[in-house]
Amino acid sequence: MDLATFGVQLLNAIQYGMVLFLVASGLTLVFGILGVINLAHGTFYMLGAYIAYGIVSATGSFWLAMIGGVAIAFVAGLALENVFIRRLYGRDHLAQVLLSFGLILVLDDIRQVVFGKDVHSVRPPEFLSGSIQLTANMSYPVYRLAICGFCIAIAVLIFLVIQRTKIGMIVRAGAENREMTRALGISFDQINRYVFAVGIALAALGGIVVSPISTVFPGMGDGMLILSFVVIVVGGIGSITGAAIGALLIGLTDTFGKVFFPTFSSVLIYVLMAAVLLWRPNGILGRREV
Amino acid sequence: MAALRPWLVMAVLLVAAVALPFVVPTYYVQFASKVLIMGILAMGLNLVVGFGGLVSMCHAAFFGLAGYMLAIATPKYDPASFWVSFPLAVGVAALAALIIGALALRTRGVYFIMVTLAFGEMLYFLFHDTSIAGGSDGTFVNYKPEIAIAGRMLVNLDKPLIFYFTVLVFLIATIALLTMLVRSPFGHALAAARDNERRARSLGFPIFRLRLMAFTISGAIAGVAGYFAAAQFGYVAPQMLGWHVSATVLVMVLIGGLRSVAGPLVGAFVLLGLEEYLKLATEYWKLVEGLVVIAIVLALPNGVRHLLTAVLGAPQEPADDQTGVAGAKHV
Repeated sequence: MDLATFGVQLLNAIQYGMVLFLVASGLTLVFGILGVINLAHGTFYMLGAYIAYGIVSATGSFWLAMIGGVAIAFVAGLALENVFIRRLYGRDHLAQVLLSFGLILVLDDIRQVVFGKDVHSVRPPEFLSGSIQLTANMSYPVYRLAICGFCIAIAVLIFLVIQRTKIGMIVRAGAENREMTRALGISFDQINRYVFAVGIALAALGGIVVSPISTVFPGMGDGMLILSFVVIVVGGIGSITGAAIGALLIGLTDTFGKVFFPTFSSVLIYVLMAAVLLWRPNGILGRREV
Repeated sequence: MAALRPWLVMAVLLVAAVALPFVVPTYYVQFASKVLIMGILAMGLNLVVGFGGLVSMCHAAFFGLAGYMLAIATPKYDPASFWVSFPLAVGVAALAALIIGALALRTRGVYFIMVTLAFGEMLYFLFHDTSIAGGSDGTFVNYKPEIAIAGRMLVNLDKPLIFYFTVLVFLIATIALLTMLVRSPFGHALAAARDNERRARSLGFPIFRLRLMAFTISGAIAGVAGYFAAAQFGYVAPQMLGWHVSATVLVMVLIGGLRSVAGPLVGAFVLLGLEEYLKLATEYWKLVEGLVVIAIVLALPNGVRHLLTAVLGAPQEPADDQTGVAGAKHV
């Protein structure tokens, strides 16, 4: 493998890892703050991609799709929290798993009604649709670079909000010791609602940004859900930094696994997960028992 | 009288199960077989979920793995021998459960859910992405396995009626095995670890080993169900291993109630019956099923059984299923 190919694969790995981070950070936030495991997270990734397809084919504007998709997901998140998720706080994990499974069935059929079950592709925005010539016969699409940049910007934004703002402080305190935070007079009603909505919006955003480089199909959410779980198990639950480390590790393992061991590439990330479980059962950055 | 009643209910149910295939058309005999098979799977799963307190999301993988073993063991133009293929299928399912359990049981709670889900999907992708047994298309099991001794066929599984009774025998064996396990010191220790892990540990119970044993037995029972499911439908596909099946079976467990051995069988009957009805009634049956699942989770945390109990004011199922397993946990 020459340097240019290696560079391209490395970029691919980072880009893949960053999208994984986007989706997994939403899931880990929701679990860290709400204490709810949401299997429907991947479904919102899929819905994000379909909404992007819908808006782009109706208006031709990818930017509108991005804003619209995130807004729809955010509002849906607020509504779902209010109607269903709120009732899960403090319930056992089985109830959470099954309620979110029920949500998957419902949302999948709603997608069926609104968008059908066809496979689609989405055009990237015009000025990002070219590619950069690396060597005589190798080029790299600008859009993939843009995804890297965009996701890194979002990641920095999440870190800043969590580490530097008052909201972030409450979120961190809630993840650390919920009872104590409540005893100090912080009400979680609003926080829970917005964290859930932000988590859902991050999943949808992930689906929107990948829609121009991957096909949009009904089952895309399932794969992403599992990958997000692997990322969280590897990185440690409730930790945004852990999600970032996990996502990059999975991105690298998957991308280079496909290059070096094409037959076993789909199993490699699980081998990585098994190795982390043997080494640190609570994930690389996980500290507490959950 | 009170002591007699559970047995009376059992006897009535058994008579009904035996009489059923003689009074309904063949289609419903096959449907009943399917209910019994999924009932075996759900009861096996409940050993870890209800009695062990561990929400496993990979039992479909053991179920599907066993089905694939039958498909692989069946020659193209001949039936497989039951005596070879059945132990193979159940053994492989148990082995997979042992390995995945050994890794997943290092974790707790929500981690356990995510890890089992991920390992289950790993097995799904193993059959989906490689060319083993037809890849993503799946493969046919051309002949039902043959149960024969010295060349003489004992049981002809090709006949729906005989297939049904064979599955019924395995179902009763499963109920007997699980009841025995749950009432044994092993079952009590497992429930103790569920209710208060720290205390159970300080009393000296080898929690990890107990749970691994329960997980492996449960995986083997899922294998029994998977073997018969593959035999019944004559077809295996990667979807059989997918986590949607695991989640559906968990719904059956929840409907049936977590603290009884035979409850999940009721859950299997209720959910499959509902699916059967909805599929005929509407194209968007998944939407309705999803809403029903959500309603059950929100309204009936202890399952449909307890709805009956609440309405009729008396235990409807054999109460002996619950002895020794923290009946006090019902709230």
